[in-house]
Amino acid sequence: MSAIHLTINGQETTITAPPMKRLLDVLREDLHLTGAKEGCGEGECGSCSVLMNGELVNSCLVPILQAEGATITTIEGVAINEKLHPIQQCFLEKGGAQCGICTPGMVLATHHLLDKYPHPTLEQIQEGLAGNLCRCTGYMRIFDAVQQAANEGSPAP
Amino acid sequence: MPEPGPIVGTSPIRKEGLAKVTGRAQYVDDITLPGMWYGATVRSTVARGRITSITFDPTIDWSQFTIVTAADIPGENTIIHLTKDHLCLASEFINHPAEPILLLAHPDRHALHAAVEAVHITYEELPGVFSIEDSELGAAGDTSKIVWDHPGHGGSANTFKTFLMQKGDDPLPDAELEKIFAAADFVVEGEYRTGAQEQLYIENNGVIAEAFLNPDGTLDSVTVSGSMQCPYYLVHALELVFNLPAEKCRVIQTETGGAFGGKEDFPSVIGSHAALLALKSGHPVKICYDRAEDLIGTTKRHPSRTRHRTAVSRDGKLLAGQIEVALDGGAYATLSAVVLSRATIHAPGPYHWPHLTVRAKAMATNIAPHGAFRGFGAPQSLFALERHMDKIAKVVGLTPEELRRRNFLSTGMHTATGQHLSDPVDMQGLLTRALKESNYHAKRAEFDRTNPTSTIKRGIGFASFMHGSGFTGSGERRLNSLVQIDITPEGRPRILVSSTEFGQGTNTILSQVCAQALRIPYEEVLVAQPDTFLVPNSGPTVASRTAMIVGKLVERASESLLATLGLSSRSAAEGSASCDATEPPTYAPADFKRAALAYLAQHGTLVASARYQAPGNIFWDDDQYKGDAYPTYAWAVYVAEVTVDTLTYIAEVKNFHALQEVGKVIHPVLAKGQIEGGIAQGIGYAIYEKCVYVDGLMRNNQMTNYIMPTSADLPPIHVSFEETPSIHGPSGAKGIGELPMDGPAPAILNAIEHATGISFTEIPLLPEDIFERMTRTPDSGTEDLNAIDLDTRTEPSEVSA
Repeated sequence: MSAIHLTINGQETTITAPPMKRLLDVLREDLHLTGAKEGCGEGECGSCSVLMNGELVNSCLVPILQAEGATITTIEGVAINEKLHPIQQCFLEKGGAQCGICTPGMVLATHHLLDKYPHPTLEQIQEGLAGNLCRCTGYMRIFDAVQQAANEGSPAP
Repeated sequence: MPEPGPIVGTSPIRKEGLAKVTGRAQYVDDITLPGMWYGATVRSTVARGRITSITFDPTIDWSQFTIVTAADIPGENTIIHLTKDHLCLASEFINHPAEPILLLAHPDRHALHAAVEAVHITYEELPGVFSIEDSELGAAGDTSKIVWDHPGHGGSANTFKTFLMQKGDDPLPDAELEKIFAAADFVVEGEYRTGAQEQLYIENNGVIAEAFLNPDGTLDSVTVSGSMQCPYYLVHALELVFNLPAEKCRVIQTETGGAFGGKEDFPSVIGSHAALLALKSGHPVKICYDRAEDLIGTTKRHPSRTRHRTAVSRDGKLLAGQIEVALDGGAYATLSAVVLSRATIHAPGPYHWPHLTVRAKAMATNIAPHGAFRGFGAPQSLFALERHMDKIAKVVGLTPEELRRRNFLSTGMHTATGQHLSDPVDMQGLLTRALKESNYHAKRAEFDRTNPTSTIKRGIGFASFMHGSGFTGSGERRLNSLVQIDITPEGRPRILVSSTEFGQGTNTILSQVCAQALRIPYEEVLVAQPDTFLVPNSGPTVASRTAMIVGKLVERASESLLATLGLSSRSAAEGSASCDATEPPTYAPADFKRAALAYLAQHGTLVASARYQAPGNIFWDDDQYKGDAYPTYAWAVYVAEVTVDTLTYIAEVKNFHALQEVGKVIHPVLAKGQIEGGIAQGIGYAIYEKCVYVDGLMRNNQMTNYIMPTSADLPPIHVSFEETPSIHGPSGAKGIGELPMDGPAPAILNAIEHATGISFTEIPLLPEDIFERMTRTPDSGTEDLNAIDLDTRTEPSEVSA
């Protein structure tokens, strides 16, 4: 067991866990943050996406050891003081969430994309979200949501 | 409260949307019960055989585990769907790879993987059957290839079900039909194949089960919560496995992360398994498959082979058709008979056939059972038909457009089952609009001009099709669905249905229908979590039936609620006419709440209900396979633009236009999302998604090598609707859920033929298949029109084009 210090959604935390325990399992089992989902367990579907030091990562591929000292944002930390983040509001209004299982990862991927490209082209959106699979929407409503969020201007995380 | 305007036809925020975008929605794997253990499944490693021994590796402390075998089943060892051939746990014979044999439970989820590996099972292996053709040999009497034999189902061994569908009250005998073929200007034949397809919901199958004992230690009841489409299907399965009455089997749907048919019949398996472990361990037990297990162990779309033989006149009129549809059903019958039924009825497409015979069969193989997947047989037979129509056009010397125009069904005509099309049907108009919106003619001409000098060949093609809304034939009569609406202590209406939300928008559209009928704001309407102890059986959430059938019942229950409250409802007074929200209501929304609360204060409870009533003019004859196959149909024309790179052999879809007539669109944003999502799955079906089977086992059981479209793979998808209201749905809505799965694959392969001149006949069509055909290796799932025995006595055809 190792003691790991990290900041999750703005709160400093110490976790005691086997060093190779997946960040996803630490979030879900130890911290009861179940917004990150396991869809494939091999970094293909992106439904476990979180932001780690500002980068988008698949938390199923990150051993907790690597998160020592890291700053992590999960879907639970995206809404600002109980008010929806504009990205979340746009996903709601534009039909970007259907079954909802990919939505937490998709919202975080959008967050990351808009940090990098505040006014992304369609191609940048398509590439930026290509690591997050959605089986329901065919992505078109998600592209709409991202474009609207960009137009409204999204604050940094 | 403001006076509400029309709600149906607008796009309010989806009911459970807030929970989903904040990550608070509770899917089954997000739920932990006190004292909960975890379950796992020990599966066969052979496709067919007899179990000879089971040993438990002494390196594991088995006293820490609960182990369930078939001997622990209190009731019948069966998973009931349509028959009882499907075992809950194999005890002697194995019929497919990854067949469940034992169940394990342990308090620590992480202890299970090693334990599953430590159960050693030996087998006496038998040769397996893995193709429709091998299964047909068994049906024809080759005893070494008989893998399923339950007399009374399909008639012969290996045959789950057969259908014979013939046009007309007095169909021609085969000899007379042959005379039409002999006299026809052209006879066009073709064989078309489709592969298995995985639903690939991002949330795998999962459940949590609890067993409750009586004071004397006997079993009182079981409860299963989880990811599913049809809670009452699972109730029925549990009744048999546990020998309990229905009222002792409680099933609760949790938020469901995609389903697409993959959670229609399969939850009966995993739900029964978890409940067996819960009973024996004395703990709540959760089973959530990981992706690899979900892919090898759960249902997929039926692979198919469809053969067409068509007599055509020189002016392009279909004179007679013979269609043979064969589905690979996998090891057990499950839902194959009803999938086959939809395949059969959709096989003739939106065309007029003066004479038609469809022979269809679902065959057994030693592959995990195939099951429901959006479209449910129709994508298979419509793929064959719409490829075949392009072939006929080529042979006759007409454009694909003109051939279809000369044969379309229209208002007042009869379908192949003899159904009189009394609702307006305008395929001509749909085709005209779809080709105009996609700029089809100009693009076809442009691609014809530029392709000869380009290594990247461009093509444009289309498919015309329809999809029946609701259960097939007399299915809705049998379901006898019931919907209720009660009033909460706050005076708000709450919809009580077993119809489930799994992304498609059930909660939202039913609330819109209810709000509109009650003339109150959408936000006021609540939807109960589907829990069979609370909600009545409004039928399974399948078959493009929720908006039309259940929606209509919600509308009627709402009207009944108003009548009980003494609030005047113009629509109720006019019988079945839909309520017209443009008419001013005779009461304010606050009056509804006041009246509801007053009624509650006086009577304690208020529950309004509506039960399905078959329309008097709808009739179906199961024995003759004739009549009104569906209350109504949605109609569509889809146009695909593709490129085929002749250096890399990669085909891509570059643009997609989807025009459909679906009756009233209840929620435009959700409806577009449904269509776009279905098209994305259809594009995957056509050119990306391949289940690679080796000896019946899916070997690419990972998202790494089972390839579904990403956001970077899809073209712009342009969705348009025509709205011709149908009397069968609320405000005139029809079903749309499955429709978009039917058209993309044939449209794309038609476009690829335009681009390359090669008629591919099989999906999925991957770059390696295109490579093989373009480099002239035989047997790569295509055909050469020049080599086919065409009856070309009278007209030369442009087959060399």
